[in-house]
Amino acid sequence: MNAHTDSFTTDDGRTIGGTVLDLRNITLRFGGVEAIKNISFDIREGEIRAIIGPNGAGKSSMLNVISGFYVPQEGEVWFRGEKRPQMRPYQVAQQGVARTFQNIALFEGMSVLDNVMCGRLGYMSSNILTQGLWWGRAAREETENRESVERVIDFLEIQAIRKTPVGRLPYGLKKRVELARALAAEPKLLLLDEPMAGMNVEEKEDMSRFILDVNDEFGTTIALIEHDMGVVMDLSDRVVVMDYGRKIGDGTPDEVRSNQEVIDAYLGVAHD
Amino acid sequence: MLYREAGDFKTSYAADAQTFPLAFDRWGYWVLLALAALVVPFVVNDYWANALLIPFLIYAIAALGLNILTGYCGQVSLGTGGFMAVGAYSSYKLMTAFPWMDMVSVTLLSGLVTAGVGLLFGLPSLRIKGFYLAVATLAAQFFLVWLFNRVPWFYNYSASGQISAPERELFGLVLTGPNAASAVQYLFCLAIVIALAWFARNLTRGTVGRKWMAIRDMDIAAEIIGVNPLRAKLSAFAISSFFVGISGALFFTIYLGAVEVNSAFGIQKSFLILFMVIIGGLGSIFGSFAGAAFLVLLPVVLKLVGVDLLGWPTTIVAHLQLVVVGGLIIFFLVVEPHGLAQLWRLTKEKLRLWPFPH
Repeated sequence: MNAHTDSFTTDDGRTIGGTVLDLRNITLRFGGVEAIKNISFDIREGEIRAIIGPNGAGKSSMLNVISGFYVPQEGEVWFRGEKRPQMRPYQVAQQGVARTFQNIALFEGMSVLDNVMCGRLGYMSSNILTQGLWWGRAAREETENRESVERVIDFLEIQAIRKTPVGRLPYGLKKRVELARALAAEPKLLLLDEPMAGMNVEEKEDMSRFILDVNDEFGTTIALIEHDMGVVMDLSDRVVVMDYGRKIGDGTPDEVRSNQEVIDAYLGVAHD
Repeated sequence: MLYREAGDFKTSYAADAQTFPLAFDRWGYWVLLALAALVVPFVVNDYWANALLIPFLIYAIAALGLNILTGYCGQVSLGTGGFMAVGAYSSYKLMTAFPWMDMVSVTLLSGLVTAGVGLLFGLPSLRIKGFYLAVATLAAQFFLVWLFNRVPWFYNYSASGQISAPERELFGLVLTGPNAASAVQYLFCLAIVIALAWFARNLTRGTVGRKWMAIRDMDIAAEIIGVNPLRAKLSAFAISSFFVGISGALFFTIYLGAVEVNSAFGIQKSFLILFMVIIGGLGSIFGSFAGAAFLVLLPVVLKLVGVDLLGWPTTIVAHLQLVVVGGLIIFFLVVEPHGLAQLWRLTKEKLRLWPFPH
């Protein structure tokens, strides 16, 4: 395994850097079931990396391994040039990995603003006493982080619902708020688990636009799982294809599209 | 027509994040504080101070404490009575062991001791949730009451097993014991309540509060955005117990003066505080006050109406009180799970638009 250290510029002018995340020979079992079988791939800085595959292929499990929910039985996760020891999910988050969920995981009892402010937790370190007295660092941090949160809110165009409790929002907006919360953390790696699931065409276009803009403006490295082939092929720089826990394809959208094994997995193949 | 945000512009994030964003609310709050601190102590008589105001203030602290744990952090606790007992007995031990210590320090230290005990009993919350955690805190309740009953060191080997508060002065005014003036006691409680409510509000609107609410709303998502569940839950237990401990200390030193642990801090007390929080509104500072006021006021009003006005026997009215409280709990759980605080919030939302709601 040799990690990429060179960087290059894409046709549309973005810079793709060295390896951010390197997964080496990951195997994940649940009892007797092998959800992920000996998979290796890497994610490079500044790219949009898609993980695709039919239902039950192990895509979400893969994301859960990256974000620390599942601990693989075999294999290594290398993050920013260092082998990652076994970690709790919150420690992974503190390292700079943010994610969204397939079925929205927002804090329903809080306002949009508070939800997005939650993304900044890693940047706020004042202790309980100063916070209770609203004094010095606590008050300062609150204002400083509010500024960066407002930038994200502007960027995703959710200013109007800033003070609305999340429970009252429609589905499409909730997805956007969840993206805002993840973005507020200014992550080194952003994981999106089916960001367009359950959306209509218009909402999908909006979301695709936001994902591209995030990548373009902030240079955020993004790994996403998506079912909509058209969207994936348009958005991503490189694609990993999974089927039954195995990796059956890896490369640019064009390479993957012409890969016979991938076509078989998606269209089915006649067994004789 | 007065209740408007029009014209009340915010030019900084600090101004936007303040507790009372509307000018009208801010003024109302200061007027209320001025009334409570400058007018009430001079007009109130002993009966009203002892039957209503002092218990209201003390219960409000306990309700704030439980609201932090249950309303903000989502951890159910039935051990409030036990933790109040810890506060009461620590203040007693402190007052008798260090007679020179002033009452402010005694009260704060009792809170800190209770915070430590709460931290200990909060440890199971890392593994268990919901009903199971409630049962674990119930164990704390029974264990603590048993401890204060059975270990004579806690009540200084007194023959009756009771503890009674020695006389202490603050700024030359008698604060505890039979000779204390109720206006002085009221002011002492009021000062502590204001300080603690402000403290609680600051915590809940900042980072700590967001961590607590994140754990409450969805603990898995909280962990994925970087909340350490261990620290968030334990800090909620500690802070909550700190409040409850102070409330227990005041309950003993100021309100009752002499305490027997079973009758003062039994399981009924835990439920009473829980009812205050549920009726008042989970996850709301105002709700803690509303709930405490409601449940302190209810028996007094029922007695006034039932016994004095209608001439019913006292026992009937006492039973009626249980029925009313039980009915209200069910009513609020079904109709308005966020309690009086939510009703207040809805009223304010309507008021902003009144009288032209479209």
